[in-house]
Amino acid sequence: MDLTFFAEQLLNGVQLGILLFLLAAGLTLVFGIMDLVNLAHGSIYMVGAFIAATLTLWTDSFIIGLLLALPLTLAFGMVLEIVALRTLYARGHMDQVLATFGLILFLNELVRVIWGPAGLAIPLPAFLDGSISLPLGIVYPTYRMFIILIGIAVAVGLYWLVAKTRLGMLIRAGASNRTMVGALGVNVRLLFTAVFGLGAMLAGLGGMLIAPINQAQIGMGEDILILAFVVIVIGGIGSIRGAFIAALLAGVIDTMGRAFLDVALLTFLQANAAETAGPALSSMLIYILMAAILFFRPQGLFPPRGG
Amino acid sequence: MSDKMADAMADPLLATRSLRKSFGGIVATDDLSLEVAAGEIHAVIGPNGAGKTTLVNLLSGLIKGDGGDIVFDGRAVSRLRPAARAHRGLARSFQITSIFADFSVLENVALAVQARSGHSFRFWRPTGDDQRLRGPAREVLARVGLADRAEILAGNLAHGEQRQLEIAMALATEPKMLLLDEPMAGMGIEESQRMIALLDELKADYTMLLIEHDMDAVFALADRITVLVYGRSIATGTPADIRANADVRDAYLGTSETG
Repeated sequence: MDLTFFAEQLLNGVQLGILLFLLAAGLTLVFGIMDLVNLAHGSIYMVGAFIAATLTLWTDSFIIGLLLALPLTLAFGMVLEIVALRTLYARGHMDQVLATFGLILFLNELVRVIWGPAGLAIPLPAFLDGSISLPLGIVYPTYRMFIILIGIAVAVGLYWLVAKTRLGMLIRAGASNRTMVGALGVNVRLLFTAVFGLGAMLAGLGGMLIAPINQAQIGMGEDILILAFVVIVIGGIGSIRGAFIAALLAGVIDTMGRAFLDVALLTFLQANAAETAGPALSSMLIYILMAAILFFRPQGLFPPRGG
Repeated sequence: MSDKMADAMADPLLATRSLRKSFGGIVATDDLSLEVAAGEIHAVIGPNGAGKTTLVNLLSGLIKGDGGDIVFDGRAVSRLRPAARAHRGLARSFQITSIFADFSVLENVALAVQARSGHSFRFWRPTGDDQRLRGPAREVLARVGLADRAEILAGNLAHGEQRQLEIAMALATEPKMLLLDEPMAGMGIEESQRMIALLDELKADYTMLLIEHDMDAVFALADRITVLVYGRSIATGTPADIRANADVRDAYLGTSETG
């Protein structure tokens, strides 16, 4: 096996993991604290990508487009929470699934009306467009490395926010007993709106970061949303740390499985059998991982304590 | 009627007028008019299902009444959310121990201090060494006798200490009045004695509405007692009045003492 190729696939796995983390962080907070199953979380990822694409084309700078799109996505998320999702907290999960599925259709259609059915490509600035040389003779696309570094910075920032700040203290307290938090005099509605907006901004960031690679496209959020749900179940619902570790785990296992499983199967299967079984099995790997983790740890890897 | 009670009637800190609440066909609060004077401990007793916890939930805003008014500190609060009522100075404890088990004792109280100082938008301020939160939190812990337990995880406290912590969290919101829903529930005799002593000490500074099954505690602490049966007040008076009241004996005390 070629070491360079292996390292490259490993980095690709980490990069997918980072993307999953950006989605899963908001999803796990919203599910953990508000007990809301939000299928439309992937649509926010899409909306973030389109906003960033438009702003990049207007300002002629991906970085400025990104920096302007972040607060807009935050505002979009907060408006969405106030208008549509707030009324769902008191309902059962089935109602939430139905309503947020409706939101997916609505937002897809809205994007089609505003931006048209075709995807929107984002040109990368020159300094992100090339490749960089890493140790061991690995050459890796600069932009993918950029995604990884941003994701790590977001993870550190989010850890600091949740573990060390006043808002974080309220978030953790709200996750374990929101009635009590309200009784102490905290405006729980405002807290929920803020947390939802934060999660929306992170999901939007994920969409913005992937858009230069895959374009901003209608429906781009649906496939990755399924993976993000797998991630929060593996990580433990409500846990940021769990979401981070599970996202990296899922990203790496999925990518490595697709790259190497057919080769690995060759060692004990015939060539044509391995070529058929490899792709089929590799797309199942993270679901197998989820099933195994649910069997041994039904609460996920890092269940939030006291919740 | 004593002078103190006459004053109480003139200007109660908390009053309900014709408060009503039903759950389906069950009337939990039935035309209830209740007045709590500033500075008194007003106990509400009654058999199970009398609507005592419903009353606390109505007063604290956790549930909305079907009719009637709640006036607190001279203003109608019936339409306010729980957080807004807490800001007006109405703090409550819960029948089921409600603390944040994975926070330290000090962090629990610091959270309540933060909730009080509420409207600060500097929410990114680090909490670790924030004396604006920790200073007041330590003072409150000292007051309820948990000063030396500050750094322990709240989940690791003994049951009685957890209930003291709840009182501390309520105090940290700087309330004018405490709504206490069975603060002695699940306690042993010694723990109950400590809680009675604590509430007796707090009486100098806070008005309290006390829901409690422990009759020794009620008669030791209360200035006045209201007896609820099926959501309806059947008597209000001093402990001596209530002891002597024949209706109360029939409805409640009699069965409680013999059963």
